[in-house]
Amino acid sequence: MIVRVRLFARCRDLAGADSVVVEVDEACRVSDLRLALGDKLPALRELLPKCAVALNEEFAKDDAVLSITDEIAMIPPVSGG
Amino acid sequence: MIQLTREPIDYHELTEKVIRPSCGAVVTFLGTVRDLTGDEVTVALDYEAYGSMAEKKMAEIEADTRARWPDGEIAMVHRLGHLNVGEVSVAVAVSCPHRAQAFDACRHAIDRLKELVPIWKKENWADGKTEWVHPGSVATPG
Repeated sequence: MIVRVRLFARCRDLAGADSVVVEVDEACRVSDLRLALGDKLPALRELLPKCAVALNEEFAKDDAVLSITDEIAMIPPVSGG
Repeated sequence: MIQLTREPIDYHELTEKVIRPSCGAVVTFLGTVRDLTGDEVTVALDYEAYGSMAEKKMAEIEADTRARWPDGEIAMVHRLGHLNVGEVSVAVAVSCPHRAQAFDACRHAIDRLKELVPIWKKENWADGKTEWVHPGSVATPG
């Protein structure tokens, strides 16, 4: 399936875009998504292990399964305040 | 009450919002743009957010703080965009019956905000370079 992943802050700058489309298998887990993103955008590889993944605006665990309808975002370490 | 804004934060108004007859203490925390990180000179910060998720997480922190300290009010605002040194980036106002609770509740809310809310700052260094602050991933301390 094809999913769109939103990118923020340094992830966005490294990718040169505020979202990226990646093809992943059905029943793709969050951990699989990280690998797929690293393959598609090698510039992100160093930062990806430090990023959380949000599914529908909620932090997801590595074994969470993606759905085609999910809003997906990479969340690099936050620095608000 | 929680809010993201691109306008300067009116922290006086925010503080007034949480005053309650049952509460004898109000604590307001302000985060301001600092000019030095280690030896490096900051001239400005740019803040961006994953807006809808940031608002959701701030609302959860508001609810959690109110559940822990039920008697009182809380108001939190985070500013986005380009902020110069000395400008207020975040304000948290909390009222409680007594001051120890108010300090604890305010500390709890700002600590959770810094830990959980998807907002990021980008340093604008004095030499013209810029750098996103991602604690734990780059050499720059948060």
